[in-house]
Parts: sequence; structure tokens; C-alpha cells
Amino acid sequence: MAKKTIGPERRDLVPLEDPEQKQFIEFRNVTKKFFDFVSVNYLSLKIYKREFFALLGGSGCGNTTLMRMLAGFETPTSGEIFLDGQDLSGIPPFRRPSNMMFQSYALFPHMSVAKNIAFGLEQDNLPKSEIDDRVAEMLRLTKLEQFAKRKPHQLSGGQRQRVALARSLAKRPKVLLLDEPLGALDRKLREETQFELMALQEDLKMTFLIVTHDQEEAMTVADRIAVMDRGELVQVATPSEIYEAPNSRFVADFIGDVNLIEAKVLEKADNGTRMQAIVGDFAIDTEQTTAASVGDTVWYAIRPEKVRIAQGQPEGSVTNQIGGIVWDIAYLGDVSIFHAKVGKDDHDILRATKANISRMVENPITWDENVVLTFDRDAGVILTG
Amino acid sequence: MSKAASRSKRGLGGWGLIAVPYFWLLIFFLAPFLIVFKISLSQVAVAIPPYFPTFDLYEGWQAFREGLSELSLENYVWLTEDALYWKSYVSSVYIAAVSTLITLLIGYPIAYGMARSPEAWRPTLLMLVILPFWTSFLIRVYAWIGILKNEGLLNQFLMMLGLIDEPLVILNTNVAVYIGIVYSYLPFLVLPLYASLEKLDGSLLEAAEDLGCPPWKAFWKITVPLSLPGVIAGCFLVFIPAVGEFVIPDLLGGSETLMIGKTLWVEFFNNRDWPVSSAVAVILLLILVIPIVLFQNQQQKMAEKNQ
Repeated sequence: MAKKTIGPERRDLVPLEDPEQKQFIEFRNVTKKFFDFVSVNYLSLKIYKREFFALLGGSGCGNTTLMRMLAGFETPTSGEIFLDGQDLSGIPPFRRPSNMMFQSYALFPHMSVAKNIAFGLEQDNLPKSEIDDRVAEMLRLTKLEQFAKRKPHQLSGGQRQRVALARSLAKRPKVLLLDEPLGALDRKLREETQFELMALQEDLKMTFLIVTHDQEEAMTVADRIAVMDRGELVQVATPSEIYEAPNSRFVADFIGDVNLIEAKVLEKADNGTRMQAIVGDFAIDTEQTTAASVGDTVWYAIRPEKVRIAQGQPEGSVTNQIGGIVWDIAYLGDVSIFHAKVGKDDHDILRATKANISRMVENPITWDENVVLTFDRDAGVILTG
Repeated sequence: MSKAASRSKRGLGGWGLIAVPYFWLLIFFLAPFLIVFKISLSQVAVAIPPYFPTFDLYEGWQAFREGLSELSLENYVWLTEDALYWKSYVSSVYIAAVSTLITLLIGYPIAYGMARSPEAWRPTLLMLVILPFWTSFLIRVYAWIGILKNEGLLNQFLMMLGLIDEPLVILNTNVAVYIGIVYSYLPFLVLPLYASLEKLDGSLLEAAEDLGCPPWKAFWKITVPLSLPGVIAGCFLVFIPAVGEFVIPDLLGGSETLMIGKTLWVEFFNNRDWPVSSAVAVILLLILVIPIVLFQNQQQKMAEKNQ
């Protein structure tokens, strides 16, 4: 049997674990305070060349501040930021080799699309022919050729977004900063644009840094994600690691849907751990080892799609099995989410999702029905924090 | 939707609503203007009112037609013959233009500072700009006499500092007129300018800087072009009343100060020549209206071209 791994790896990317790989962007012990409010708290982070890196977090988590410090719009209270080996402290924004795509796009309303794209190039005093060539290239890249002479207010939201992207790419910056770049677009367009962004990043072989609060967006586009909370990094890992191996309850809960089961450690072995759920009164057997001692309270995080739900005793041997009553069903089309009551209290709910793989079902699982919930030894993660 | 279609859909209520401002303009602008225009075509007379002919509805149609035939452009011809008038016009436009420029140079930094100040301060700053309006315009101009005269506050202050030995002669010169106009009309320039600067999205300047444009250059490339509508509105609000200004040149200016408002006043009250002063007023209006209409046409064409 092949060794199990978490998710596929991007083959063209130098393995991030490679010690030879030099960091391209480095935040070293960076703190940013606004009066009493600590926006970024003694944070260190390394980002590698040609990575698509996401800073993910809710509002006020400090991800935007972190990006703005890299762009030069905020000065760190303490700590240093390096880009391609250069210490950025004291360098004003207009001399930094990064370009930013703003959340509001910040297109110059009195300039045409072509003029907007040319703006950055004109600042470098490039010859006119070169500017024209580069603008034409950017217009082609973002499929905006026929809009070159239009003003921003004559464009749709999606077109404006592409102008903003073209403008920030025109100078071929060492790193492209994307501040909630797709927030103003509707869902369909946003998903399309996410894939376009990824293709663009691979084509241009550039380093992209994106700030977003949308976990799906981060997981779609990014090679690595830094989950942030209250000015600190909670976890920095690939999307699949973040999802399948969260390091804390915060990350498990923030990314996707999760059942967090409070449990007591019963038994520790080399090949796994046995726990007893505190509510619901059932045993959990996992192949994961834990640093917690016997008798400690831990959290067992298991994603709903990894919990199987059935009406009767499943065939074959099962490691983890819990009886429950169907409390609620949410039918989402592609999947159904079942809320099964596994304890005495109404809140003692275990969620399981089931893919609706056929249109018609004989004897479907229904409300108040007795069900059996099962999951494998490697289905969940033990969390202590 | 075409213009015709939108017009046909406008109901009676819609017309009524539009009629109100037109009615207002008719009563308080067009009718008085026509009266002044008619007087400008009349001849001076020793009578009450001091011009001829006068129209009286009771005298019937025949008298009205006779009256019409008496009207002539004589007064307008007179305005071209006496150099005093065109010199007054040129001098007024010059003084108004220079004052507008100075007001802009002082007003722009004020409006810019207000728009860039913390949001909590802005209502207070706005209030401070409007505050002088709480005192009568006339009193404020009078107050400048006390400041600018030879033994006034300004000269006393400068002599106390030892910057000058003898008082500067400012009052009753054109300098005093400039000071008076700039002081009086500054709020009219600051307010529209502040409104357009405050709307300016700060992220535009950040974007310019991010793209390699130093802040001082971004000011010229982004802030100034985007505040241009405010600059133009503010300059009009200063320039137009300044051209016809009478109180300020009369109180602060001297005998050398030639402004059309003063000329008009002298013509009207000292010479009791209502027809000529009416002609002066009509020409003044044309001098002000024609460039504005041309400018607006130009703006409209530009806007249409952009569409």
C-alpha cells in the first residue's frame, strides 16, 4: 500500500522544506501598534520566491496591516521587513519594488484605462515606445484591448478589477500585493478570476501575496496560507495541511466545518490514542499520538464529511461507532448535512455530510430516525490548544 | 431613452416642479433685467423717474409705440467714446482676476488642510470658515479700515516689532482693495474646494505612491486634476462678485482705484444718469455671462466626448 499523504504537491515549486531555498520576503519580529491597539504582534514570517502566499484572517486580525507595512504605507513599531535581501525600513512606498492591487481598485478616475496602466511606467521615465509596448502587453494579458480608451467609470466591476490588476503588474514588481482583490465581484466571476490569477502567477513566475478573509479563496489560489488571529500567526501551511491537520481549535473551526469533541485521554500507545468523549459517552480510537497525558482533556476535531452515517449496523469491523438520532437535515443539493444528537443535551450534536450520489434514494434517512455514525482511525485530529 | 420620450412621460406634477425655479428666475432675474435693459435704451431726463420715455399702460397703444421709437443705443455708443468706462471694466476684471488668484493660493492650502485633517475636527474647521458670515459684511470691511490705516493695528504691530520705522500706506490703495476682496471672498472659494477635496479617495494617492510617484508629484498628477471642478466653482464664486464689487473699493480703495461698481455708483447717484448706469450694468453682465456660457459649453462638449 502506498504511503498516505495530505494532498498533492505542486511539482514546479521548489519544496518549501528545502533548507537551500532562500526566503524572498521576511518579516522579522514585526510589531505594529495603533495607539493601544496591537495590530501585529511580534510576528515573524518567511515567504519564498514564486510562492502564491495568502494571509487569511477575519477583520482586525492584522493581515491587511502586515501587507501595508510591506508596501510601505505603515511603518512597523518594531521589527524589520526584508524583500529580496534588502531591508525595507526607511524606504518610502514609491521606491519599493512591490506593487499593490487595492481592494477599492483605486483607479485614477480622470485617466483612461491605458493611462492608468502606463502611470507606473511613466514614473520610471521609460522611453515612450517601451511604455506603449508594455501597456499593450498588459491590455492583451487582461483582455482589455477594446477598453483602452475608456475611463474607469465606463467599465463594469469585473473590467475595473482587471485594469487594477494590469496596472499593478505593469511594472513587473518583485512581489504583487493583492488586498482583498476579488471582494467586490459576484461569486461566479470571483471563482473564474481566482483561476485566472493562478494561471497568471504561474505564467509570470512572480511572487504573489494575497490578503483575504475568504477561506475558500485562500485555499483555491494559494500555495501556502498563513492563518492569522489578533495580530499573530496561528498556522502557516499548505491548504491541505491547514484543512486536514489544523494545529488548533481556532484553525479547525475557522477553515471549513468541523465537529469539535471534548474528550479525556484514556490510553496512550505507540500506534495511537484512545479517548472517551465527555458528552455523548463514546470512545474514540485514533492512530495519532498526543503529547497530552492520560486523564487530560483534549479536543478531537473531525470534519463532517469524514463521518459516515447509516441507518443500520455497518458491515465489517469498525473502529469508531456512535449511535444517534437525526435531529436536523440540511439538503444542499450536492451534499446533505445531518445533525445527529449523540448526547442527552440538545446541543450534543455530531454533524455528518453525505454526498448525494444518486438522484433517488430508497428509504432515505429521515428526521428522528436512529442512525449509526462511524469514522476511521485516521479521520480526525487531536488538538490540545 | 430618447429625450422626446422622457419628456412625454413627464406628468403635470413634474412640469409644476420644474416651473417653480423658472418662475423664480423670471420674476427675480429676467423681469428686473428687462427693466434695466429698457432704461439703458432711454435718455436721461429731469423728472421722476429721471429718464425718458416711460411706459404707462393707461396711455394706450399709440403712446407705447411712440415710446418704443424713442429708445436708442446711444448710451452704449457713449460707453465706447469715454475711456473711463472701458478702463473701469479692464481694471475691474484685472483686480478681480488678481484677487481670485491670491484667494486661490491662500484658499487651496486651507481647503486641503481641512480635507486632510482628522474627521472629528472637520465640522469645527468648517464652522470656523463660515463663522465670519455671522458678522455683517459691511462691518467686517469697516474693521479693515481700523487695521490698515496709518495708525492702525497692522502698522502699530509692525512698528512694535521694529520691522518698519514709518507706517506703511495701505489704506486707500489697490493693495487694501486686494486685501479686502481676498478676505471677504475666501470662504466662497474654500467651501466648494473643500467639498471636492474631501471626496477624494485617499487610496488613489496611495496607489500613485505605490506605482513609484513621490507624494509631491502625486499631488499635481492626482489631487489637483481631481479637485479642478472645485477650483473652478470656487474661482467663479470669487471672480464674478469681485468684478462688480462696490463696497470694498469704495471703503478701502483710493482715488486711483478704478472699478466698474464704483463708476456705476457715481453715474447713478452723483450724476443721476440712470440710462448710462443701466448700460454699464448690462455690459458688465455680458462680460461675466458670455465667458461662463462659453466655458460651460466647452465642459459639456468634453463630457459628451468622454461618454
